[in-house]
Amino acid sequence: MVRLSPPPEPRSQVDDPSSLVARFGADEPLMMDAGVPLAPWQIGYQTYGRLNADRSNAVLICHALTGDQHVANVSPLTGKPGWWSTMVGPGKPVDTDRFFVICANVIGGCMGTTGPASTNPVTGQPYALDFPVVTIRDMVRAQAALIDRLGIESLFCVIGGSMGGMQVLQWAASYPDRVFAALPIATAARHSAQNIAFHEVGRQAVMADPDWRGGRYLTEGTRPSKGLAVARMGAHITYLSEMALHRKFGRNYQDRNAPTFSFDADFQIESYLRYQGLSFVERFDANSYLYVTRAMDYFDLAAEHGGSLAKAFKGSATRFCVISFTSDWLFPTSDSRAIVHALNAAAASVGFVEVESDKGHDAFLLEEPEMFAAAQGFIDAAARARGIA
Amino acid sequence: MTSATFLTPTEDRAGHRLDFLLVTDMVEPGSKVLDIGCGDGSLLALLRDRKGVDGRGIEISREGVNTCLAKGLPVIQGDADTDLADYPDDAFDYVILSQTIQATRQPKVVLEHLLRIGRRAIVSFPNFGHWSVRFDLFFRGRMPVTRNMPYSWYDTPNIHFCTIRDFVELCREVGATMEKAVALDAGGRPIRVTLPWWAWNLLGEQGVFLLKRR
Repeated sequence: MVRLSPPPEPRSQVDDPSSLVARFGADEPLMMDAGVPLAPWQIGYQTYGRLNADRSNAVLICHALTGDQHVANVSPLTGKPGWWSTMVGPGKPVDTDRFFVICANVIGGCMGTTGPASTNPVTGQPYALDFPVVTIRDMVRAQAALIDRLGIESLFCVIGGSMGGMQVLQWAASYPDRVFAALPIATAARHSAQNIAFHEVGRQAVMADPDWRGGRYLTEGTRPSKGLAVARMGAHITYLSEMALHRKFGRNYQDRNAPTFSFDADFQIESYLRYQGLSFVERFDANSYLYVTRAMDYFDLAAEHGGSLAKAFKGSATRFCVISFTSDWLFPTSDSRAIVHALNAAAASVGFVEVESDKGHDAFLLEEPEMFAAAQGFIDAAARARGIA
Repeated sequence: MTSATFLTPTEDRAGHRLDFLLVTDMVEPGSKVLDIGCGDGSLLALLRDRKGVDGRGIEISREGVNTCLAKGLPVIQGDADTDLADYPDDAFDYVILSQTIQATRQPKVVLEHLLRIGRRAIVSFPNFGHWSVRFDLFFRGRMPVTRNMPYSWYDTPNIHFCTIRDFVELCREVGATMEKAVALDAGGRPIRVTLPWWAWNLLGEQGVFLLKRR
């Protein structure tokens, strides 16, 4: 097979990732919401810190759309620090000196957990579109199987932002007895029509690339890099805010003093977006992008409970803390308030804070002292209540 | 109509506010409480520690919410004027509005929500009928600035001041039964129950009311 694409090759992490892997055989299928069992399957994960004798200090971090299990260590693909090393680490709000932290790649991903780029054992070829469509609940079910495998009965805390926050909510709804505390950040209990629309634009960009080859690009030795880069460029705008774009780039020119009267990247913002698109295709699989965006689109926690979000949390003993950001227009504060209202109606224990930030949706991944303060206060208080030293 | 109770002044060795201690006395142990405008969570923490209540809070300031979260108190950032409508009926045993009603845009609507959400409501507020307030207006011709009301008229968050008599009238209007009514003097001590309403309204710096839906 001829490889046309340059290294690094994202597929290098697919079947044998540079992380821990839990493998589940033909006798341990993952039952998918699409109605089909997935077997064999595997889940790539990382852990930090040590599980205490009571097995009571396990924290699960759930990653967002294009994240991975390398939350607090240098990424084997990009060489960059872990994607949430500001939040997770020694002395950080999620203190790895106190807690046993687990982070796993999602089902449908491309970093060591079974997904469309994984080798289909039946054909010996990548699954591509033969992979069943995944849901947020499938992701959580896979994580629960991993937690079982690790011998952990109940998690001290489940934490995540954006799509990670959806998984946090799903965990609390599906396994209320296994979640002591839940910290969903910059998220929603259902994906909005506007967000589904943005995702559809991204998917169409991938599928319009002739190198996508009906999803069989890995087998055919091509890569829909242009389509995936455009998808990433579009999506990246939704993660920022008008204020942040203006502050960072304004109308500044890139390495020039005047427009070139061409379609070159005259403006800094254009150059920045092109860079974001290009670097993304080096670390992410195009079909995974289709599957994982689809999982977010399908997410509607209330729909599983007769249309009532409050019913999803009825009788929950989990303590929640919900955080949103003022300039996040992708998962606006109104989405978080809907979660808070439902938790209130379900008489659950919930704290909520809206952090002032001009950094848009991405704020949850960035240096936001107020978010850290709220998270730290909530986690420490919950740890006291759980009797964690 | 009112069974005003005489309460002995509570010790303040731990630095607890006397009006908070008075409110705490009104709450049954182990009950479910919502504190609206809970500030830094002092009252909620007191209720949790002394009465074992399952307490929740709403606070408008981010600093207050963060302080509460760090104390392990489930507090949400919100606004009494807009967010109470989302709470179901009878969700709490008590809903507390401590030193906050005068800062709401629609005190009557807020009070009605309190009585709907909680089986009982506890409301405390600075009394605009206090003699010192009347003194400032009558003799100095100025809007009063006191220890309880430290803001100038142009920058005060307190946009709906009322007197104890005004509040009693509002309770009647919204159909609330007063189970307890206490006026606190300048030292935060309850005023003797034997005094008539007009004396309460003159001498009380604060009013604290335990209300029930009729």
